[in-house]
Amino acid sequence: MALQLMAEKWSGEVSVVNIGATPQDKGTRSHILKIGGEKSLPCLFQEGPLPNKPQIVFEVWDILPLDWPDELTRGYKNVLGDPVKWAQMCVKEYKAQGICLRLQGAHQDFGNKSPEEEAQLVQKILESVRVPLIILGCGDEAKDNLLLPACSEAAKQERCLIGPATQDNYKTIVASVLADGHNIIAESPIDINIAKQLNVLISDMGLNLERIVMDPTIGALGYGLEYAYSIMERSRLAGLSGDKTLACPFICFVGQEAWRAKEAKVAPAEQGVIWETLTATALIQAGADLLVMRHPKAIEEVTKYVDNLFER
Amino acid sequence: MGLSGLDIYKLLPKTNCRECGFATCLAFAMQLAKKAVGIDKCPYLTAEVQEKLEAQALPPIKLITVGSGDKRLEIGNETVMFRHEEKFHRPTGIGFILEDSFSDGEIKAKLEKINQLKFERVGQSLDVNLVAIRQNNGSARFIDTVRLVSVKTPLALVLMTNDTQALKGGLECLKGKNPLVYHATKENLNEVGKLAKEYKVPLVVYGEGLEQVSGLTAALASQGVNDLVIETGKKGICEKIGDLTQGRRLALKKSDRSLGYPSLVVIEQNDPYEEVQEAASYISKYAGIILMKGIQPWQVLALLTFRQNIYTDPQKPLQIESKLYPVGQVNDKSPVLITTNFSLSYYTVLGEVEASKIPAYIISVDTEGMSVLTAWAAEKFTPHKITESLNKFGIKEAVSHKQLVIPGYVAVMSGELQDASGFEIIVGPKEAAGIPAFLKNL
Repeated sequence: MALQLMAEKWSGEVSVVNIGATPQDKGTRSHILKIGGEKSLPCLFQEGPLPNKPQIVFEVWDILPLDWPDELTRGYKNVLGDPVKWAQMCVKEYKAQGICLRLQGAHQDFGNKSPEEEAQLVQKILESVRVPLIILGCGDEAKDNLLLPACSEAAKQERCLIGPATQDNYKTIVASVLADGHNIIAESPIDINIAKQLNVLISDMGLNLERIVMDPTIGALGYGLEYAYSIMERSRLAGLSGDKTLACPFICFVGQEAWRAKEAKVAPAEQGVIWETLTATALIQAGADLLVMRHPKAIEEVTKYVDNLFER
Repeated sequence: MGLSGLDIYKLLPKTNCRECGFATCLAFAMQLAKKAVGIDKCPYLTAEVQEKLEAQALPPIKLITVGSGDKRLEIGNETVMFRHEEKFHRPTGIGFILEDSFSDGEIKAKLEKINQLKFERVGQSLDVNLVAIRQNNGSARFIDTVRLVSVKTPLALVLMTNDTQALKGGLECLKGKNPLVYHATKENLNEVGKLAKEYKVPLVVYGEGLEQVSGLTAALASQGVNDLVIETGKKGICEKIGDLTQGRRLALKKSDRSLGYPSLVVIEQNDPYEEVQEAASYISKYAGIILMKGIQPWQVLALLTFRQNIYTDPQKPLQIESKLYPVGQVNDKSPVLITTNFSLSYYTVLGEVEASKIPAYIISVDTEGMSVLTAWAAEKFTPHKITESLNKFGIKEAVSHKQLVIPGYVAVMSGELQDASGFEIIVGPKEAAGIPAFLKNL
């Protein structure tokens, strides 16, 4: 008797988000990062299409990065503190497919750079590298509400991914993103209900669900990873089952979390690299679509892993 | 899942005789479906129905034990596809393959390293589980290697051979140690099945794909060999996850007995990073046992930490006892730090206090295992609850000063806590990493 397999049939699918605009779309990017579109759970190609690979982008700071251990800064000699050179190095030397620019220096405690200054930097980065760009605020809501609109305008037509928008602070950012043709990062604190509500609030302002990428807020390996893992599984299951308000792709700030772990900061060097690598691997298994990472070796390993999964 | 109450009802006599203690057969069937009563309460079942109902009361994935004594590994008895539905019960066994073509010296050296693969994280000890010996040469060398390994490690063993003579020799050396036999295939099914039965040891059933495996396990079960672990052959990660998922799904949702066993995966990967990533993929997706080659501590610590994460009960975060913990040579001048009884919070704070080399007291407030911010939001970490803990643990007797350090994230409660506790509140850093610098300047 032939074994009857039991395939899950999903009625929904994850929306596709395009990050970066090429000349065809009146932008200047060399390619588009296309994420989402899954109609099956991670790896289960037999049960439905998984048309787009998870993408990995390099994190670049506008100032000297804070609290980066030596193992992490070693790969970026002579470029830290110079975001343009840093971004160029990621693209030229490490073949980055995308850059995530963190505007930490706009924070009052870390330099208090003006929105104009940061907008100029965004422009310079867009001129110096041609990969799609993600723009992150400094984490201070009031400042981000000034900073992000300025940067959004400076990057008009380039279809960036900009954020974070949170439940308490989304209106200003959504309005700019909407006006300038970008996508938005909707951040929720490891909470599926807030994630859903925020997506609804954002789409109610007229920004399509197809332009939202969810940040579920992750923890590193050994530091609460399992909470994000299960929230992502639950929310992906809801999305695949037809809940459009949860069917957005995920962005995960892997590097930021992994390199805070105590284990990542001690010898041997491989320990930190594997901490970041495995945090990414685990989240890919939970459905991550876009991973923001730091260590070139970890990015290389995760890229190999993803290529391997999608080789068919 | 098993039969529904109505399915069971159809199998009952439907006489409503009440001898089971329930008013109707239907009521009894509903209780049976909930596994709230035993089927022995009904004296009128035919042998056939009895067998069917007994089978449905069995766990859908069989519990398998490998090894003996306190290092034995138990896998199986899983109940869900996703950890948020309940939890994953029995952490994946992790084992390392040693080739019998290695020299004795090499094997001893590797075993010494494997035996040291033990880590402590958030109050739990993380251990590896198995050593597998794989045959590459004649049976005599294999048997010698088994003997050597068995005296050099307390871990449970796996015998990897296709040679029945070597297998028999190995089993003879390991009497009472309950090793896992790898593997029965369609070529050697009867011979190896017989040995597994004779020595009462668990057996890996290897087939090219689930369908073949299912046929082989059914054949073995009919011979009374049913301490099984299944393996579906060498394939890509996605195909393997496909098999692991289908196996678990058919066992749980269709009660397919022929696949109702834990799974084993062998990882043949020489790149140490790719090896760990592949292993982690299978830990997240249902593998019962993973056999790999890499034994570097950084690889294994990452993997065991991941296994700990995935197998944590989502409804019950890891907690520690709520109490006053002295760290180092404390005296009545030592600072007092407040945190929650969520293991991760406590152990992170503990690690940093130890690193600061400044003796201090840590009070872990009972927040039902919630972290600082979550507990604060859920009102489990309030001025009132903290004051209660201070009194309960007698902090006023332990120290002569009246200062209390609270986590930076709950700075907002300072005033209220000061009033409630009578202590002067000092706001500490938001992240535990800031504790050493903070304590030095206190």
